[in-house]
Amino acid sequence: MDFELSPEQAAIRATCRTFADEVVAPQAARADAEAAFPYAVVGQMGQLGLFGLPYPASVGGVGADFISYLCALEEVSRGDAAVGITLEAAVSLGIAPIYHYGTPAQQERWLPDLCAGRRLWAFGLTEPEAGSDAGGTRTRAQRQDGHWLINGTKCYITNAGTEISAGVTITAVTGAGAGRPAISALLVERGTPGYEQGPPYRKLGWHASDTRELRFADCRVPEANLLGRDGGGFSQFLRVLEAGRVAIAALSVGVAQACLDASLRHAQQRRQFGRPISRFQAIQFKLADMATQIELSRLMTWRAGALIDAGRPAGRFAAMAKLHAAETATACANQAVQIHGGSGFLEDLPVARYYRDVKINEIGEGTSEVQRLVIASHLLGLGGSVSALIGPEEPG
Amino acid sequence: MHVAVCVKQVPDPSGVGRLDPATHCLVREGVEVVMDPGDEYGVEAALQVAEATGGDVTVVSMGPAKALEAVRKALAMGAARAVFISDDRLRGSDALTTARVLAAAIARTEADLVIAGTESTDGYTGTVPVAIAELLDRPALTFAKHLEVGDGTVRIHRQTEVGHDVVEGPLPAVVTVTGGINEPRYPSLKGIMAARGKPVEQPTLEELGIDPSTVGLAGAAQRVVAVEPAAQRAAGQVVVDDGTAAARLVAFLDDLKVI
Repeated sequence: MDFELSPEQAAIRATCRTFADEVVAPQAARADAEAAFPYAVVGQMGQLGLFGLPYPASVGGVGADFISYLCALEEVSRGDAAVGITLEAAVSLGIAPIYHYGTPAQQERWLPDLCAGRRLWAFGLTEPEAGSDAGGTRTRAQRQDGHWLINGTKCYITNAGTEISAGVTITAVTGAGAGRPAISALLVERGTPGYEQGPPYRKLGWHASDTRELRFADCRVPEANLLGRDGGGFSQFLRVLEAGRVAIAALSVGVAQACLDASLRHAQQRRQFGRPISRFQAIQFKLADMATQIELSRLMTWRAGALIDAGRPAGRFAAMAKLHAAETATACANQAVQIHGGSGFLEDLPVARYYRDVKINEIGEGTSEVQRLVIASHLLGLGGSVSALIGPEEPG
Repeated sequence: MHVAVCVKQVPDPSGVGRLDPATHCLVREGVEVVMDPGDEYGVEAALQVAEATGGDVTVVSMGPAKALEAVRKALAMGAARAVFISDDRLRGSDALTTARVLAAAIARTEADLVIAGTESTDGYTGTVPVAIAELLDRPALTFAKHLEVGDGTVRIHRQTEVGHDVVEGPLPAVVTVTGGINEPRYPSLKGIMAARGKPVEQPTLEELGIDPSTVGLAGAAQRVVAVEPAAQRAAGQVVVDDGTAAARLVAFLDDLKVI
């Protein structure tokens, strides 16, 4: 067993580390304070090749593997988690569905611009009454005169409302399947009449990322905008979320590493009782625990990523990686603020931002509770299905 | 125009280097290594010349097997191919041997222009590029902070204490560049993937026509006999401002005849 990165993976990681230090991190505090979407950084990331990293050159990508993408995401998120989620949502949620399920025409129309980072595509799954429980999806799409007529609301959608946003893939009920609604995925271009975006949310963290509610009122898109097969939406987004969870795990590792780096620096500089506080065992144990949990998170993230690269089912390991990495990141941010003492509570240092940015990793793309349900479902021989684990809906 | 650029992998300058107490060689094992930051300017300068003239860049490097990473970084930045000389017998070679090996490798390329950093960030001899020029019988134009290539000539601005000299020489030539000459590009991620398929020639000493008995520690014309830590500087003088500090500083500088 060899845990070494390949020369290409290592080189991509090194380049992204330098890029994160020189370009991503220096702008983070200001973008956070102003809740300003980082257009300049996104432009540079596009030129570097980050958006097309795990996709082949034939669609405008770089042709690297998923592990390389995880390394890049960790480094970028170490610099700024808001930039990290912008990248993750664009690559794992925006491009992935079109790459995996799009027709050649859909791919040719969008993937070159999306892989170059010139445009962003969003993914609209969550609704006020549906998310991990996709059966609760209320958004409907009806076939009418060669078009789909879409009505419904999506919430917490990333990258849909920027100046370079091109559109969104949404899930909608398109009919009744065997015992549950048939859900399909549809491509909706920005600017389509009936597609409206709410204002940006006021969030606890990730201030510089674009997150909004999307509303569809008699929104008509051509029949050809169906992504994949009619009724195929459920299995599509399970696959998309499986890889997305590993990506969120990598993002979490990046923030956790930033917390450890800042804590190590501070603990060796800050003096109390005539010595640096790093000489106190109470601080040493915190640092050791952080480093250990981060290393475990990274290993699990790469383990799940290696399965995705091998084309093998990764669901259980993806859930484990996200669960462990997200909870580790929250714990590391908590301890980082603690090690920083009063200065950790001030927005002058980045640890306060890490503390605000980190909680969402336990929520987005499936909460920690849902990850545990997925893992339990695998353990109990139910194949990762949460609805099979929970059973039929209670009347009421 | 075909351009050759010399690169070297060195211990990360942001770390603290260590010398082997017995051999006085720099310890390269177990430390973070990077392409010499000074060489990034050389690679960028070479790529800019090649791009402006429709040519290409050959990377030339000598070092332990791990130094292939630095070669690959230059390829990822955009160089077309590399000549990499890695041979255990070279370990401990001095600057002259390094120059002989690199010159022999460069002689096999069609490069009209050889670019190198001014000096390495680990050894700091600053002699390898000019030794290469001498061995290849080409003019050396050093300390360039600006570089332009004309019809059969190369012209540089050489950094001086008061400004710069304009130096021109005929091609083929060797040019050393300083840190201010350009802003080195990041290796693009596409470039990193493309580097995998670029040719890296790895000639042996024999193929370069170099007698193995003349290289390494044994063949070195220069020997480090002792290494002493630099003398610690005496503590500086602290001027506490009681209202007259500015005047006292002026008097101090006046005594030194610097103002």
